[in-house]
Amino acid sequence: MASGPAPEPAVGVETDSGAQTAMGAALATERAALKETGGITDGAVAVGVTPSTPRRPAGGSPADVRPERVRSTDPDVFGAPTGREEEWRFTPLDRLRVLLDGAPSDAHLSVDSELPEGVELVEVPSDSLDVPAPVDRLSALALQRAGSALVVRVPKALEVEAPVVLRLTGTGLDQVVWGHVVVDVAEQARATVVLEHSGSAHYAANVSVLVGDGAALQLVQVQGWADDAVHGAHVASRLGRDARLVSTAVTLGGDLVRLNETVEFTGTGGEVELRGVSFADGGQHLEARLLVDHSVPDCRSNVLYKSALHGDEAHTVWVGDVLIRAAATGTDTYELNRNLLLSPEARADSVPNLEIETGEIAGAGHASATGRFDDEQLFYLQSRGIPAEVARRMVVRGFFADVVEDLGVRELEERLMATIEAELEGAFA
Amino acid sequence: MADSTQRAAGATLEIRGLTVAVDDKEILTGVDLTIRAGETHAIMGPNGSGKSTLAYAIAGHPKYTVTGGTVTLDGEDVLAMAVDERARAGVFLAMQYPVEVPGVSVSNFLRSAATAIRGEAPKLRLWVKEQKEAMGRLKMDPAFAERNVNEGFSGGEKKRHEILQLELLQPKIAVLDETDSGLDVDALRVVSEGVNRVRESGRTGVLLITHYTRILNYIRPDFVHVFVGGRIVDEGGAELADELEANGYTKYDGAGVPAGGRELPRGPVAPGAVTTA
Repeated sequence: MASGPAPEPAVGVETDSGAQTAMGAALATERAALKETGGITDGAVAVGVTPSTPRRPAGGSPADVRPERVRSTDPDVFGAPTGREEEWRFTPLDRLRVLLDGAPSDAHLSVDSELPEGVELVEVPSDSLDVPAPVDRLSALALQRAGSALVVRVPKALEVEAPVVLRLTGTGLDQVVWGHVVVDVAEQARATVVLEHSGSAHYAANVSVLVGDGAALQLVQVQGWADDAVHGAHVASRLGRDARLVSTAVTLGGDLVRLNETVEFTGTGGEVELRGVSFADGGQHLEARLLVDHSVPDCRSNVLYKSALHGDEAHTVWVGDVLIRAAATGTDTYELNRNLLLSPEARADSVPNLEIETGEIAGAGHASATGRFDDEQLFYLQSRGIPAEVARRMVVRGFFADVVEDLGVRELEERLMATIEAELEGAFA
Repeated sequence: MADSTQRAAGATLEIRGLTVAVDDKEILTGVDLTIRAGETHAIMGPNGSGKSTLAYAIAGHPKYTVTGGTVTLDGEDVLAMAVDERARAGVFLAMQYPVEVPGVSVSNFLRSAATAIRGEAPKLRLWVKEQKEAMGRLKMDPAFAERNVNEGFSGGEKKRHEILQLELLQPKIAVLDETDSGLDVDALRVVSEGVNRVRESGRTGVLLITHYTRILNYIRPDFVHVFVGGRIVDEGGAELADELEANGYTKYDGAGVPAGGRELPRGPVAPGAVTTA
């Protein structure tokens, strides 16, 4: 589903689809065939995700057939994006070029941290780490160029109440910045980790999230960049047995922010919630691409992403892929994307994909809806004396509330809401 | 126009020759009405007579286009004001179908409205008390304040919430659009008591729009206006409501048909040649 300024977008259209197990077998065969014909480069792991919803080809290219998803640490395995590829077709590559060019750099973001007792922050060489592999050229470049990683380590069975906070601040655009952050929550540990991005930077990074057996992590990433920042990242999570991850991405600032979020399970009973809110105003491109790969039995995933858009050329993209492999019996998954268009020039693209290779699941579904700002809500609030810009802010805040005000960490919720509030105030001023 | 004595006695809303169209179709065909603080006017009329259009036009809903006439509040041109300016000037509309605002709590909404209307944020401690007392008078559960505005409210809860706002915001002119519809007797009594408390202050003029006379047993109007075909066709005191209760609107049939119209050819007319709206 896509909606844009012309022709009349799919406003207020909601699609729901449940499990379509019939297609699973065929896709498995298709992938096997590709493997045999050498469609997958040696050393790379391929994850096939084929759209369950019809889509238009981009620029007349055969992009309506989704290629195999390749994972590799070698940037050249991916080739340089042209914009015709399924995973790049929504991205304005000219604005990302500065990162895709891959110029070596040893520039860093400045780091400020709050570390509760027992939590370590160390720097280690990247090649010493066992982390999920990159999914595209940019994340492979970032891994290679960064060289080392900033590791937040929560030791085994440590339960920390206070959030771990890492403030990463960009200090300028003269050099690109390659980054790698690892959040490693060992088994039975419990923590809240907040990654706050701000300032000016051309920043490409991997965020590797490792949640050990029986561990629980609440991860919040705030993209509060300055207007000129460009940020591309692969947030790759790996969950152990009975691990739980709640990951929330709050994207407000930046010229272009493209987050690729992947989740894999290594043991049964894992549970992940992926949440996101983004507010795009004039000229901003905010893109979130998710892949939840259910490969082991009895795991759960729940996705809730919301975007509000305001102003000329504001663009959000949400692509939510969920794959339930044949072995992943008992999987329960649902994803939901909602977009609120506050002005006619804004554009929200929403593409949910669900691929199911087994019928023995607990549940699978997705929904996506994009709607215009409700003038009746505005009228109602205004008729109580509330000025239009305040009313608009209240409605957008309300739209985001169920994502943000359900984190269970009151102080964090309030801080995020205040950040969103400030962003809205600026946009509607 | 309001003279100085009226000003001293309270606000006056004057509607003169008001014509309003929706999608190029004229709904109000010339309304004249004056409402003063302390007075209660009932507008009664059959379905489709334009009663709600009058309410929304006064409040400034963008769907309704004023094509002629004037509305003034103490001499100020209401029609020139934005929706929120009208509310801050003292016009309040209790809606027949209040709108859901997801993610916005009742308490946040009420305080935002009070802040806008009063020109400054009420002190939190005093406000909590004020809100709690007002809710108590309308027999509303305190937990109600934490719910999202109108989301999942029953019909009765929505109307209580509207009247709660009326009591808290204390407008100069309150337009109540079919506040009685969909209420059981108990809810109607509670809501009516709320309206009567506002009336008793003497500072608010009330325009009660209704299809039925039932609510008028609880809120006794000073004036009754019969609304047919987009304008007022008869006026009287409370006794007029009793007459309408007995006889309905049949005596006004045809009263709303405007003069003029397209003249049809004489003699036989081919099928389909005459269309009716």
